[in-house]
Amino acid sequence: MEALDLARWQFGVTTVYHFIFVPLTIGLAPLVAIMQTIWVRTGNETWLRLTKFFGKLMLINFAIGVATGIVQEFQFGMNWSEYSRFVGDVFGAPLAMEGLVAFFVESTFLGLWIFGWDKLPKKIHLLSIWAVAFATNASAFFILAANSWMQHPVGTVFNTETGRAEMNDVLAVLTNNTLWAAFPHTITAAFLTAGTFVAGIAAWWMVKLVRQGRDDEARTVYRPAVRLGVATMVVAGIGLGITGHAQGQLMFEQQPTKMAAAEALCESTDGASFSLLAIGDLTNNCEGVTHYLEIPGLLSFLALNDFDAPLQGVNDLQTEYEAKYGEGVNYIPDLTVTYWAFRLMIGLAAGSAILALMAMWMTRKGRVSGNRWLARVGVWAIPTPFLASAFGWIFTEMGRQPWVVYPNPTGVDGVWLLTERGVSEVVSPTTVVISMVAFTLVYGVLAVFWFRLMKRYAAEGVADTEKDYSPDNPDNQPDPNDPDAAERPLSFAY
Amino acid sequence: MDLPVIWFVLIAVLWTGYLVLEGFDFGVGMLLPVLGRKDKDRRVMINTIGPVWDGNEVWLITAGAAIFAAFPEWYATLFSGFYIPLLLILLGLILRIVSIEWRGKINTDRWRRWADRGIMAGSYLPAILWGVAFANLVRGVELDANHQYVGGFFALLNPFALLGGLVTFSLFLLHGAIFLSLKTSGDMRERAGALAQRLAPVVLVVAAAWALWAQVAYSVAWTWAAVAVAAVALLAVVLTTRARREGWAFVWSAVVIVAAVVLIFGSMFPDVMPALDPANSLDIRNASSTDYTLTIMTWVAVLLVPVVLLYQGWTYWVFRKRISADHIPEHVGLTFGSVISRKETEQTSVAAGDPKV
Ligand code: HDD
Ligand code: HEM
Ligand code: HEM
Repeated sequence: MEALDLARWQFGVTTVYHFIFVPLTIGLAPLVAIMQTIWVRTGNETWLRLTKFFGKLMLINFAIGVATGIVQEFQFGMNWSEYSRFVGDVFGAPLAMEGLVAFFVESTFLGLWIFGWDKLPKKIHLLSIWAVAFATNASAFFILAANSWMQHPVGTVFNTETGRAEMNDVLAVLTNNTLWAAFPHTITAAFLTAGTFVAGIAAWWMVKLVRQGRDDEARTVYRPAVRLGVATMVVAGIGLGITGHAQGQLMFEQQPTKMAAAEALCESTDGASFSLLAIGDLTNNCEGVTHYLEIPGLLSFLALNDFDAPLQGVNDLQTEYEAKYGEGVNYIPDLTVTYWAFRLMIGLAAGSAILALMAMWMTRKGRVSGNRWLARVGVWAIPTPFLASAFGWIFTEMGRQPWVVYPNPTGVDGVWLLTERGVSEVVSPTTVVISMVAFTLVYGVLAVFWFRLMKRYAAEGVADTEKDYSPDNPDNQPDPNDPDAAERPLSFAY
Repeated sequence: MDLPVIWFVLIAVLWTGYLVLEGFDFGVGMLLPVLGRKDKDRRVMINTIGPVWDGNEVWLITAGAAIFAAFPEWYATLFSGFYIPLLLILLGLILRIVSIEWRGKINTDRWRRWADRGIMAGSYLPAILWGVAFANLVRGVELDANHQYVGGFFALLNPFALLGGLVTFSLFLLHGAIFLSLKTSGDMRERAGALAQRLAPVVLVVAAAWALWAQVAYSVAWTWAAVAVAAVALLAVVLTTRARREGWAFVWSAVVIVAAVVLIFGSMFPDVMPALDPANSLDIRNASSTDYTLTIMTWVAVLLVPVVLLYQGWTYWVFRKRISADHIPEHVGLTFGSVISRKETEQTSVAAGDPKV
């Protein structure tokens, strides 16, 4: 394999891996903050117990999210140095803003939250988890600003002298319509992930307790968590559909080759159908594709809000792009991957949907349920939104090929870059192989431990009691006559 | 002052923040096998940095992103050129992060032993390699006319750079020992203080050797000031660690690190990546972003860096108390062994009508 393919594989592997943990952190931090808010406002200890339970799971996950994120930050320079030279003037800014606005807040306040239970007044401690929740979402905004610029470069001119893209309008970069579709889509995906996670685990426990005849505990502790998770899933699921539709329309306008490839739409058509099943032969080109199941007009609707609208097919687009950007390049992304990734992203939402419907029904009007199927669906639904997100990204990024910076159809001449031109010139394939093997091994081992830890802590369930360590709790006032008061153990230690 | 100069200075500031703060994190990690013979001791050590290490690391992320934003050519050449050392640093940081966060999650000796190894590896590797990398920047590296690094990996392991690695290694060890003596009480405080006292003169010698070499061979006249400050500060560290003035010792060892960064960046200026053939050097002009981007970024930095300093400073204030083995609670981690939880066993005994429950 060449350095280019290796670099692409490496970026794909490390980034998809990073994004396993990211959506859970983004969604779970606000949910934990909500749980803690309910505790602080109502004084109901159940919510403190739930806060700590899901908080622990969040922290196990957070660690690996941070560890893999640092790699992302440096990888652009390591493997994609020519790309970095080309885009740095525009692209570095959102990354630096992400550090200053999001990562500092996230990590500092998370430290305060973890260790501060006995040091900070209740309200301040609560604010610190909200700060974390805000920051994880802000970090998504800035990184997506960078990514959306690669999909749809705006606010930029091409400097013929330096041969690079240069920013001339930062507001245009931050108000990029691609960003404002991708950000809510990614965030709602994260909330769906976290909602499914909370509801799935809580449902499993609720069923288990009901079957042991402990309905009371199931009702007071786990049912509220199920309901919170389900509410999150419903809101996020609706948001996902709406924002996904918005993205589809932008994609049609901004990246017609991605759209056509995703549909394996070979010839231009009026009232194009949304294909549910297409089989291609191994040549990965149009002649080999046969569509078996289609919903008439839906694709045209998805793209243009009109069931009869005309759509361009792959063959026309290739001719058009050759005329515009030169011959000798295949401008059509991998049909099989984009086609199936798109469908899997949407299809896997079914996992969450089934859980949401079942759980909503079985916990209606104060009920709890001991239905074994609910527990099973709860557990099996948990990975589906993770996978859907991964396929969403694979679709977005593979569908961008062969461009690493996709030409904006209404944009400035010269602000585009083929992926093959972005890869580091001085890094040998051997070096990339070494690093890829190293990352894959380390990441593989960490994945095993992450999974076992998450599973083990989920299986432990919510603790029977949790102590309120906050200094504004009268029980925690130091006794002036007690010489050992200063030696009280910390509320938390590694 | 013009913008590339401002950004050169700002990036030096970000690296200073990183090396001063994460410097003691690395030191604490490296000292685990030295000062932490019992598990309780190691927990005391890890918990002195517990609430802050993650925030400290963000200085690195921000410094990296700032180089990308302000000097894209530098970012591209540096990280593709120093690929292998950077890879090792990244792997080290990954291990360290998960080891710190996960160490307490499983309550077995074996698990903790592995976590300790992860923390150590993740502290030794970066502590040494950052020194190697920066020393190479001072010395100059082989760049071609397109500003690509063509020297290969082994050229980075020259004697000057290896001595640089030894400097950061020993300096962070000392910085960490002083930090521990400042943040703990009882026995740990005593032993960390004694170790710092013994380390200080050694660091003085190693650092002086490297600084003089750097100054004479690669630097400009005004950085003699930085060398002088570093020398004075190191002498002060020797004296204050003897007197066990922990607060002052910490301040002085931080000053040493600041002076070292000034020496490094001062000797590079106006290059950001000096080449062995000066015609090929990357400097603050040919590596920088446009004035427009730099202006935007200046506003962002001027508004936000003080805020960051404020809340990070406040965090250090919240966790200002010294800790000792008495403050460390019992392990609350679980074990992988039995997934049948405690509650379930209770429950079955209730169901079986066990009279004891
Ligand atoms: C949509 C959201 C999103 C996306 C697309 C990415 N990340 Fe990420 N990243 C986060 C959302 C996030 C987060 C939620 O903020 C994380 C995950 C878990 C965490 O601890 O913070 C994080 C952690 C994280 C960290 C560690 C932060 C810290 O120490 O606190 C870095 C340096 C990066 N990321 C950098 C990147 C880069 C360069 C990416 C592009 C390839 C990237 N991330 C994709
Ligand atoms: C976390 C979510 C993301 C995932 C899962 C993801 C996934 C991928 C995948 C699978 C590839 C390989 C594509 C291919 O080789 O055909 C890729 C490439 C790439 N992505 Fe992303 N990506 C994500 C976010 C980002 C972001 C936020 C950026 C920029 C800020 C980015 C920049 C790139 C670059 C530079 C490449 C290499 C060039 C290429 O092969 O296209 N990605 N990504
Ligand atoms: C009605 C259902 C959905 C539609 C119509 C839809 C549509 C889209 C489209 C068109 C894109 C590509 C954007 C681009 O490349 O420009 C995309 C990307 C993505 N989708 Fe979906 N999607 C749906 C459901 C989901 C679900 C259920 C998830 C995850 C739980 C998800 C997660 C993602 C992610 C993470 C990306 C990549 C990031 C981005 O570009 O925003 N999507 N989606």
